[in-house]
Amino acid sequence: MAERRGRPGPLLEILHAIQGELGYIPGTAVPLVAEGLNLSRAEVHGVVTFYHYFRRSAPGTHIVQVCQAESCQSMGAEALTEHARARLGIDFHETTANGRFSLEPIYCLGNCACSPAVMIDGELHGRVTPERFDALIAAGEKAT
Amino acid sequence: MSTVVYVPGDAGARSLGAGEVAQALTAEARRRAADVTLVRNGSRGAYWLEPLVEVAIPAGRVAYGPVSAADVPGLFAADFLRGGGHSLALGATDSIPWLQGQQRLTFERVGVVDPTSVADYVKHGGYRGLARALTMSGADIVQAITASGLRGRGGAAFPTGIKWKTVLDQHTAQKYITCNADEGDSGTFADRMLMEGDPLSLIEGMTIAGIAVGATQGYIYLRIEYPHALRALQAAITAATQARYLGNDVAGSGRRFELEVRLGAGAYICGEETSMLESLEGKRGEVRVRPPLPAIKGLFGQPTVVNNVITLASVPWILDHGAEAYANFGTGKSRGTLPIQLAGNIRRGGLIERAFGLSLRELLYDYGGGSATGRPIRTVQVGGPLGAYIPASQFDTAVDYEALSGIGALLGHGGIVVFDDSVDMARMARYAMEFCAIESCGKCTPCRIGSTRGVEVIERIIQGIDAERNVQLLEELCDTMVQGSLCGLGGMAPYPVQSALKHFREDFRARPR
Repeated sequence: MAERRGRPGPLLEILHAIQGELGYIPGTAVPLVAEGLNLSRAEVHGVVTFYHYFRRSAPGTHIVQVCQAESCQSMGAEALTEHARARLGIDFHETTANGRFSLEPIYCLGNCACSPAVMIDGELHGRVTPERFDALIAAGEKAT
Repeated sequence: MSTVVYVPGDAGARSLGAGEVAQALTAEARRRAADVTLVRNGSRGAYWLEPLVEVAIPAGRVAYGPVSAADVPGLFAADFLRGGGHSLALGATDSIPWLQGQQRLTFERVGVVDPTSVADYVKHGGYRGLARALTMSGADIVQAITASGLRGRGGAAFPTGIKWKTVLDQHTAQKYITCNADEGDSGTFADRMLMEGDPLSLIEGMTIAGIAVGATQGYIYLRIEYPHALRALQAAITAATQARYLGNDVAGSGRRFELEVRLGAGAYICGEETSMLESLEGKRGEVRVRPPLPAIKGLFGQPTVVNNVITLASVPWILDHGAEAYANFGTGKSRGTLPIQLAGNIRRGGLIERAFGLSLRELLYDYGGGSATGRPIRTVQVGGPLGAYIPASQFDTAVDYEALSGIGALLGHGGIVVFDDSVDMARMARYAMEFCAIESCGKCTPCRIGSTRGVEVIERIIQGIDAERNVQLLEELCDTMVQGSLCGLGGMAPYPVQSALKHFREDFRARPR
């Protein structure tokens, strides 16, 4: 935080750094950040909760994001989403009991000529069929 | 002599296996002791051919695609390093019909150059625009941009020259150039392709903007959903800084321009310019009331240029070739070229850069080859989630700002999402309201509350509950949102709903489910 404090508009940068390190923004971080930047806790909390990307609890080992936007819908994203829910046994914003996977909706991955799209741990996958989805999950189950 | 082989590092190509192809290629070359130099270029934009592998042979570049990792040994066996015949061979890349007819100005280097190499960029005409700009006064650069007719490619289509002139005319010590790279519209990926495939053109465009209006600091506001673009931009900024095209002595001119990437955090609204500025300042991305315009009081209260990636990346070409050359493309008040993105349920999707004026029909059938599913195309949504649905009866409309607005639609960022006849337009209308409810910044009540009420009303229509009365209620709600919202999210989210009601009324009647 010390190295970012002097830069213009540092709050988002600091939150990115925390989530980059821990995978989420713990509630205990909010007063620390507030104090460091001379902001109120409410202001920091307000920013954390405004942005969809910031999480307030620890995610699973692998983050699975299924695009819900129009282009992917035109190529069966709804059915793929149902399949993902059934395969992982969880709904959006949930994590599997073994802590392996978190499932999240996402609104456009910029891969609209290769819909439907899925992103897993920052790597993009296009024209994802239910079979391909299962193969990606199987790979995630093996990988540490 | 080493043979140069190109395998795209573009996120879309990687999503179809380009990374595995590159690995297989390296391994197979080693096994055969073949002298191969692998370049991870951008995508040419013909996504149905990705991963598209190219080989530089003495006669030029030849292409193979779509290549999977399993095809790689066969390609070596067919002597593809010397352009050998193979079932995946597409001939000279430039003669692929889908690419050949395009008019690539802004995208002239995307898919061609090594995005990390300043030397390759310069070899392909890069930094000639900046060299020209450095011989001109700020006012003359702004005049050239005005004369080119360039309008904001992010969606609002505001004349870029006028915006720059406003910032130029402010007399403050600090001004900013900001690039809106929060490409959140479904069906659009031109910004991503450009940032991954030719990031230096964006950097050069921002540098020219800085020189023109007297700004020394630039920010690229990039969406978090684009990690590959982030890496490409950072590599390019480092390379440009090392080559002294960025820093306190830009290209030996004594002028200063520095550039930084700032990440968004998954908020669609931050693609709205004032919300983006709030976010860049580290705040909640709530929309600001205008006036004051960002060009007068923008980032940190200082005069700020806010332009989209494609707008800024078009600037080097305009400076290099002249305003008139750019204005010679296009039609009416839509001058220059537009990178159109063909997406969704389409056989040959991808990026098509052409002068304004092509019809939707040409795009959908000549370029796109019809739907991916083979069923009739029922509608297209142009301009992202706030754009209207256009019925097949209007496919002869030209893709330019005025023609589309003439039929109650909008061009936006140039994305076209295709739907076949299995689409349920009442559900698409409900999704438009859902999306608005999820992404509303909460400032204006019609957007914040109206979108949720909209979802409920459409749900009742879908359930067949008092459909006629609820359709009327929905129309009134749409009017309230359009009239009563500060920015385009609440003000335009009703467009897809209204267009669905207008053109596909049959989907809003009570029906068996």
